Order: sequence, then structure tokens, then C-alpha cells
Amino acid sequence: MSYVVRIPTPLQKFAAGAENVACVAPDLAALLLELTTRYPDLRDRICEPDGRARRFFNIYVNDEDIRFLGGPGYQFKDGDDVLILPSIAGGR
Amino acid sequence: MSYVRGLRCRECRKEFPLEPIAGCDECFAPLEVYYDLPALKAALHPRDLASRPADMWRYRELLPFTAAEVTGLAMLPVGGTPLLPAPRLARELGVDSVYLKNDAVNFPTLSFKDRVVAVALNKARSFGFKTVACSSTGNLANAVAAQAAAMGLEAYILTPADLEAAKIAATLVYGATLLRFSGTYDQVNRLCTQLAQTRPWGIVNVNLRPYYAEGSKTVAYEIAEQLNWQLPGAVVAPMAGGSLVTKLAKGFEELRQLDWASGPTRIFGAQATGCSPISTAVKQETEEIVPQRPNTIARSLAIGTPADGFHASRTIRATGGWAEDVSDAEIVNGMRLLARAEGVFAETAGGVTVACAQKLSRQGRLDPHAPLVLVITGNGLKTLDALIADQPASPVLAPRLEAVDAHLAALLAEVSFA
Repeated sequence: MSYVVRIPTPLQKFAAGAENVACVAPDLAALLLELTTRYPDLRDRICEPDGRARRFFNIYVNDEDIRFLGGPGYQFKDGDDVLILPSIAGGR
Repeated sequence: MSYVRGLRCRECRKEFPLEPIAGCDECFAPLEVYYDLPALKAALHPRDLASRPADMWRYRELLPFTAAEVTGLAMLPVGGTPLLPAPRLARELGVDSVYLKNDAVNFPTLSFKDRVVAVALNKARSFGFKTVACSSTGNLANAVAAQAAAMGLEAYILTPADLEAAKIAATLVYGATLLRFSGTYDQVNRLCTQLAQTRPWGIVNVNLRPYYAEGSKTVAYEIAEQLNWQLPGAVVAPMAGGSLVTKLAKGFEELRQLDWASGPTRIFGAQATGCSPISTAVKQETEEIVPQRPNTIARSLAIGTPADGFHASRTIRATGGWAEDVSDAEIVNGMRLLARAEGVFAETAGGVTVACAQKLSRQGRLDPHAPLVLVITGNGLKTLDALIADQPASPVLAPRLEAVDAHLAALLAEVSFA
């Protein structure tokens, strides 16, 4: 099982410039761990000290807010399209 | 002279220059403009404002413009809307005094969004953007389209497809390009966030957001000045993304720091039950905003994932206020009550505000002796659909005296049998 996580422009500099990252973690907590193990600079950006996702990010699975899909309980599926997006983002 | 100093992250306090950026690049929290208030306090006194035009630009030192920008501002006569005493509504709510801050008659597009757009588009122009854009539930669309036309900017407006007909017409007439999308505002807004990363656009509620939001503070300044520099005991305001309530609090706090006004103001937030993520968080006394799928006639408030929800909830509780939400039927009743008691025709969001004030009053959450201000943010003519749906058409009479007499007698009989 694997799926693609799309990294938004403002976070790419913390992920060695990656735009798309193939991941295998089964759920959100494991995904955050997988991403931040691979890209340690991401850790302070997307995680609270206790490892949970930070408040000002939204995570979408196949265009649906993961919180509507069960949030931490959602089990990723093969081929899922996962998008991490700051709730307000963008710059010049 | 300018007193604006920069942008600061609301969470980690990191500072940024005055540039088109949406959020903090460290923690991604919203940014806020900060000013040198001690210097402003020494330089300007409220009486200095007396000779200025009665619009939002009289408070330009408290808006995010540099000295160079101030001289080139396009100062459309936005704001300066009436603060109306509402004695019959006060009796209805069981409080001594109620005022309506009536942005339903704002210029140019009859909603409070004219204020935020006046700031955002002036910033867009000075940042060198030729094109501006926004995601909107309608009022912001109208305001951006109109002021972009007035400033010679190109405008792209992104909205959910189910917008009220009046709000669509009142966007297209200005020549803006309207992009309608299937799905909710939240989905359209997310798309806008992505567009901000790929298009060279000034997006008023994304990369111009810190400036845009500052425009809301002028509601607070006007309320204070119209009350002779007294702060009201409480304010009830509608919540969509949650920005307005945070900026009312910021505006009042700046006036306290300037010593232009004093005293506490409790901030109360109003939502429709069909889209109530912020009021739910306040009532559950949590800071966690749980997103909702909106289903309400108050479409201008239908934001299920409010960008400033967390800060709105925290601000409300910090001021000793509260939040409530009301059903669609209560919203329509609120619109009728406001129109019949005070002659003010507000859009559905105004019905939300009035009906929530009634609910808060019944709960004993309003101090009956503290002046209360209801912020009316939009005009009823834009949401006629909400009323027409359950309003029977009046019968057509023959233009003869007998017909009038007979009809009025029948109406009277209806009333006495009722």
C-alpha cells in the first residue's frame, strides 16, 4: 500500500524541495512520524511538541478534509491523494 | 506620518516586514499588523479627527499604510455608517439601550466588506498587483468587484455555485470575472489558497489577509467615536471566518492603549446553527474548532472551516463574552423583528445577530444596564430569497374604494379571529 502526499510550496523548503512524497503510513499519526523522520526540518513546522498535527494545518484526502473522514481514525488506502495545506497560506 | 511598524505572528510572535504574505512561515498561524501606539498617542488626539471626512479614512493612522502609501491612497468614502439608537429592539431584548451599527448602508456595496476591501485593494495597488481575487460567499465578491473597478484593477471572484442571484448580478455588473464552483465555500477557499501559490494575484483573503482584516477595526473606532469615545458594554457580531470579532476586540484595545476610550467591552459572536463551528467551540469551552458542512439560509456566514475560528473563540472568552447560534426560522424572525421594530432591513446575517441577541438575553448573558451594540453587516435586498420563500403574495385589488373597504374589513376580521 502506498499513496502520494503533496507538500505545499511554503513547506517544500523544509522537505528538501520535495513536491510529492510517496508514503506508506497507515494513519495520520504514523504519517506525521514518517514525514518528519524522512525530513526532520518539517517536524517543528507541522507537529506540536507532543507529535500531533499543528492547529494551523488542514489535511485533505482525495479533496476531503480528513476530519470529515474520521480524523486520527482514518486508515489511508492505496492510491489516496493526500494534501497538506496551511489553513491560510500563500505569498508573492 | 505613519505609525505602522510591521506584521507579527499571533502565535510565535515572529515579525515580518509589510509584504503580501498570508501566514507565519514558522508556525503558519495568522499574522497581525502592529503599530507604534505610544508614538501615535503622543502625536494625535481624538479632537484632531473632528475636521476629517466622516468615513473610515479618518482613522488612517490606525490602518496599515506607510507614509508614502498614505499620500497615494484611493480614499473612496467607505464606512462612516450610522450608529442608530434602537429603543423598541431594546425593550424586546430587555436592556436599557441598544444601538445598531448599520453597515447595511455601507458604500459602495452595502456591506461591512467594503471596509476590508478598501484596505486590501489599496495595499494590492501599492504592492504592484494588477489583478486581485478573492473567495467569497457573496458580500466580499461584490465589494472586491466594485472597488477593483473603481481603482482600475482586474478582478477574479471565486464563489460556491449556490450564491444568491442578487450577489451574482452585483458582482458581474462591475466587469469582474466570476468563477463559480461546485461544492462549499471551504472547498473554494482551499482552492484560493493553492492559487495564491501559483498565480501573481493579490488575493484579498489569502496573501492580503493581514491588511484586509485591519479594515474591520474601523467598525470599532466608529462605534466608540459615535458614542462620544465611550466603549459599549457589549457588542454582538456575526461570525463566518471569525475575523470580525477578533478585530473588534483589537480595535477597542488599541483605543484603550491610546487613552482615547476606556472600559471593558464584552464581545458576543453569532452564528446560524446550520453552520456553527465557532459558537459550538465557545459553548463547549474548548479552543478546538471542529469543522462542519454548512446548511443554512445565512449563506454569507456559511464557512464550516473558519480560518480565524480558534482566535475568535479565544477572543470572545477573553472578553467575558459568549456565542450563540440560531435556526433558519429564528433568522427570518430576526430579520422581520429588526425591520419592524427599527426600520432596518438586514440580510440573513443580520437576522442571525438579532436572533442570537434575543437568545443571549433570555439566557441572562447580557447586562441590562450596559449599552449594547449589534453589528449589522449586510443589506436585506441581497438576500430577498430568504423572505420571499415564506411570504404569501398580497392579493391584487380592483382600483375602487369598495374593493379597499372590503379588503381591509376582511383583514380586520382575520386579525380579530386569530
